Amino acid sequence: MRLKKIFLIYSLIFSLSVYASDLYAFTQDHPGINSVSATEDPHNTEEGDENEAFDPREFIFDHISDSHEWHIFTTPDGHHVSIYLPVIVYSKSKGLNVFSSKHLAHGHEYRGFIIMNEGDLEGDIVEVDDEGIVNEKNLPLDLSITKNVAAMFVVAILLLWLFIALARSYRKTGISEPKGLQGFLEPVVLFVRDDIAIPNLGEEKYEKYMPYLLTVFFFILLNNLMGLIPVFPGGANVTGNIAVTFTLAAFTMIIINFNGGRGYWQHIFNTPGVPWWLKIPLPLMPIVELIGVIAKPFALMVRLFANITAGHIIVLSLVGLIFIFQSVAFAPISIIMVLFMDFIEILVAFLQAYIFTLLSALFIGLAVREEH
Amino acid sequence: MILASNLTSPELGTIVWTTIIFLLLLLLLRIFAWKPIMDAIKAREESIKGSLESAEEAREEMKRLKADNEAIMEEARKERDELLREARDARDKMIAEAKKQAKNEADKLLQKALTGIERGKTMAINDIRNQIASLSVEIAEKILDEKLKDSREQNKLIEKLLDDMDLKGN
Repeated sequence: MRLKKIFLIYSLIFSLSVYASDLYAFTQDHPGINSVSATEDPHNTEEGDENEAFDPREFIFDHISDSHEWHIFTTPDGHHVSIYLPVIVYSKSKGLNVFSSKHLAHGHEYRGFIIMNEGDLEGDIVEVDDEGIVNEKNLPLDLSITKNVAAMFVVAILLLWLFIALARSYRKTGISEPKGLQGFLEPVVLFVRDDIAIPNLGEEKYEKYMPYLLTVFFFILLNNLMGLIPVFPGGANVTGNIAVTFTLAAFTMIIINFNGGRGYWQHIFNTPGVPWWLKIPLPLMPIVELIGVIAKPFALMVRLFANITAGHIIVLSLVGLIFIFQSVAFAPISIIMVLFMDFIEILVAFLQAYIFTLLSALFIGLAVREEH
Repeated sequence: MILASNLTSPELGTIVWTTIIFLLLLLLLRIFAWKPIMDAIKAREESIKGSLESAEEAREEMKRLKADNEAIMEEARKERDELLREARDARDKMIAEAKKQAKNEADKLLQKALTGIERGKTMAINDIRNQIASLSVEIAEKILDEKLKDSREQNKLIEKLLDDMDLKGN
């Protein structure tokens, strides 16, 4: 099957890049972690790097959380090289403020804003007054281009470039056999059409939903894959961010409910084939069905978020083992385990993109289908 | 430091940006990518389907033509057989006819010959008889001439002759 071949090629490319960047990550992460630990634990600030305590939880959550800067690498003498992303923050008292996150780096205060580095609000931008007291009641609206947002822009631009090039190649080759980029991407596009859209939405209705299904599939897929590459411009945990999966699931929910036919709403408010006393006087079935309306996209949101985040946590834990054992000798074992996990993660990247799209198509199909 | 709660609480800013990026991506891809791509794939599939159908049609046509040919050949073969049989029949009939005719002719000739022979034989017999009669008469005359020289002798002879005549008078 052609799809298997494509998958193999993807896997090979990614395993190589992941392998290379894992090695890179080891050399980069170590000083980075130490400097973070040093600021956290004032008792442990000795000169030697090896003696500092390693906090695996912080190491892991630092890597999977969103941030206002995009850390690229750390020089051997401990300098962080990051891209400082724009902060866009709106507060009632100060209005709209746009500035570089460079000003907020390392806990600095700028225009009365500060990034919290502890507590419930860790990583969030908060307002401080002149005395340096944090205003925890009125949080400013943070519309910053964070690392995840920037990564999404990168993915969006990549997708646009890739698929507009694909569309152009079709204009050139006409109806002849697929060549180059077409041979690489067309089987995946056809897979979305023939194995996801048509079986769930039917021959007549599938075309209307193809743009959404294709976009959501490739958006999730590429974000998943980019998340596996630890170096810039990958490494952002976009599809492991609950806000992102929430938004995508919300799109599916909107499409389901805006396109739901008469049968769909009848099923919710007057479920056929159910005894009347489950509907009147206590509308038990409608309540259950309405919970279902929320539960379906909720499941989509949690499934994608949890799968991707869990995968990242496992990989980071395996990398973290080197620092816990404080031994380079453990690195080969760790690398083998990480490489194995990365292979599984590539599978998961495809699988989760597929499942999200498949279930979206299935739910939309159930809603738009006529009496069944 | 409750990091897990940070992970599971969606940030409004990220939601807003995701919405903007995703909608823009959807819109742009829909216009500039999905439509031309899906149209091209569809056009190709349709052309393949059309080609296959016309190939199938051609094959059907060929099959029909072949069947037609077969029928025509069969007919021709039958006709040939018919002609051959007719020819054979005609030949046989002609031979039989000729044989019959030859036989008739031969029979006729034979009959004629037989009749001729019979007639010749009869004539010959008659001739011989006549000659024998006249010879007999002559002989008788001579003998009578001889014998009738004396009367006794004459009488004797007459009697003897009469006896003889009685003997062979049939």
